[in-house]
Amino acid sequence: MTTAPHQDTPAREGVAPGEPREVVLSLSGIHKRFGAVQALTDVRLEVAAGEVVALVGDNGAGKSTLVKVIAGVYQPDSGDIELAGRRVKVAGPRQAQDLGIATVFQDLALCDNLDVVANLFLGQERLKAGAIDEVAMEVEAWRLLRSLSAKIPSVRIPIAALSGGQRQTVAIARSLVGKPKVVMLDEPTAALGVAQTAEVLNLVERLRENGLGVILISHNMADVQAVADRIVVLRLGRNEAEFHTDEVTTTDLVAAITGASDNVVASRAARSKEQAHG
Amino acid sequence: MAESTVVKTSADQLDERLIANASDPLGILRAFWARLKGGDLGSLPVVFGLVVISIVFYVKEPVFLSSRNLVTITQFAAPVGIIALGIVLVLLLGEIDLSVGSVSGASAAVMAVQIVNSGRPVIVGIIAGILVGVVVGLVYAFLYTKLGVPSFVFSLAGLLAFQGVLLYVLGSDGTINLPSDSWLLDFARFKFLTGAASYVLVVLIGLAFLASRLLSQRSRTRAELSAPSTVSILVKAALLTGGLAYLTYYLNIGRGWSYLWLFFAALVVAMDFALRRTRWGRHVFAVGGNEEAARRSGIKVTRIYLSVFVGCSTLAAVGGILGAAQLTSVSQATGTTDTNLTAIAAAVIGGTSLFGGRGSAYSAMLGILVLVSISSGLNLIGVDSSVRFMVTGGVLLLAVAIDSVSRRARSSSGRG
Repeated sequence: MTTAPHQDTPAREGVAPGEPREVVLSLSGIHKRFGAVQALTDVRLEVAAGEVVALVGDNGAGKSTLVKVIAGVYQPDSGDIELAGRRVKVAGPRQAQDLGIATVFQDLALCDNLDVVANLFLGQERLKAGAIDEVAMEVEAWRLLRSLSAKIPSVRIPIAALSGGQRQTVAIARSLVGKPKVVMLDEPTAALGVAQTAEVLNLVERLRENGLGVILISHNMADVQAVADRIVVLRLGRNEAEFHTDEVTTTDLVAAITGASDNVVASRAARSKEQAHG
Repeated sequence: MAESTVVKTSADQLDERLIANASDPLGILRAFWARLKGGDLGSLPVVFGLVVISIVFYVKEPVFLSSRNLVTITQFAAPVGIIALGIVLVLLLGEIDLSVGSVSGASAAVMAVQIVNSGRPVIVGIIAGILVGVVVGLVYAFLYTKLGVPSFVFSLAGLLAFQGVLLYVLGSDGTINLPSDSWLLDFARFKFLTGAASYVLVVLIGLAFLASRLLSQRSRTRAELSAPSTVSILVKAALLTGGLAYLTYYLNIGRGWSYLWLFFAALVVAMDFALRRTRWGRHVFAVGGNEEAARRSGIKVTRIYLSVFVGCSTLAAVGGILGAAQLTSVSQATGTTDTNLTAIAAAVIGGTSLFGGRGSAYSAMLGILVLVSISSGLNLIGVDSSVRFMVTGGVLLLAVAIDSVSRRARSSSGRG
């Protein structure tokens, strides 16, 4: 993991579209079928280092299936997954982690009764002479949280004492413990308030600044447009469209997601445009 | 805040929202009070309970606090305390084992039959008895993890079944007396640590405590984390050593520390270390707190259940064997209802939550001390055993009520 020095200029300008970047994760021709349902058809997706790719789509568009294929929960029926240019097979969640693909699922899977340090290192505790090395883990916990500019008052308080945004922070920090190349966030802002959502979106920026490839799954167009570099739209299990965030309007996005241009959002946009033009 | 003062603040004390600062005595008190209000009671209620019990019985009958009586209390608390230690393990997973009493009785019976009826050496009998516990734990783990039978149900079945095993193994005899010249009985009844050796042990415990705290302080300071001050460590070590030395002096007026109690205390300390400082212990707490999260973190949840059920039944067997040795015989009443519920009540009274993920090995020790003290005190003031059951029931109810109330306080103050 490269820890980029802090930049004063916004990261968006630092990684302008078109600039050559190293592709860390690339999927092509992914097919996945459940019984009679073709969940994914010839889906492709690319994520570069230091890039945030938003994956959007309506319910049943295949977002979750695609995430689970990348996370190793499902095996694709056919298709290639390449990690840093090398073809890999993600046989299970454990392998995905070992390969450097970290996933933060929607229900954060944290243990309320354990403190922040214990949760960060759950299942991968640092040991010293057979006993848990609390000091090393605490130091590393602070380093991780600082790298995310996270606002956690103490790493020795139980998770239950944290707010929703702070829990999301811990969950994201935990995904970084194994030094991944790609982080997938499944609906990270779904249950959060305004301030906490902003906090999590800042975290996504931090991940990008740290040179990670980020895949963001979200229903919230405002969030997506706030942080994503590229937006990939899935519809009925196929790649429907792909936009650079700078060049897309909410109307285009909604049209791509629903597959129609005559919906409420589009017509209101059209109306207001007419009114503006007089 | 950090910039305005010259003192360098440790990495974990930077946040201005932290109310407590490790170096400020007032801050420590304030944090302690906040923790209590938040429902994080720890072992405070049970320690308070022990003090109340001591005062009440002492006023009624001064013999209660005599050295002799305290020696007896500690000695007789140990076997059931060991069983309660196993209960702490299953409670940490949010499960229950109602059959520990029956398992302890069946193990003791198997041991007695091996030694007396088959004439095998004592050690063979002990191993056979402990194996009974191990096998029972394996069966329970299989029922729970493979078949999905709730622990309440299979341990209730075990409660009946192993009482049957006890009767079957004992056969027509009904009671088996253990040979009075065996070392096991000697260990459980007549071995006491007293005199100079007991004080050496106290000093060693004090030094070990001091060394471990100083080492941890040094590694924390080196890692630029906040660490307790040397003075506070020295004070704590002195208090611990002084307190233990006084207890030792007082018990030495009588017979001193029984080997049985020391064995139990060693088990508790070892279990506490295993729970707090090993990967296995951390995973036990994780599974008890959120099983799904534990599974997704790559923890082998079934192995945790296996180790805990086997650990619980094995400790029950060990407790049963030592209890039988203490009473010199195994009868049809060994390990029946009383043992069962006392062990479970002890773990809960000591502060281990019935809801999983919260508790400590020391709760077994504190809880069993409360229960044995109550029954000893009631005996001394000549109260019928009917009242003893009622009082014990009341204390158990009180403990569970405290657990439930503090759990509600925790969830409303966000401490889970």
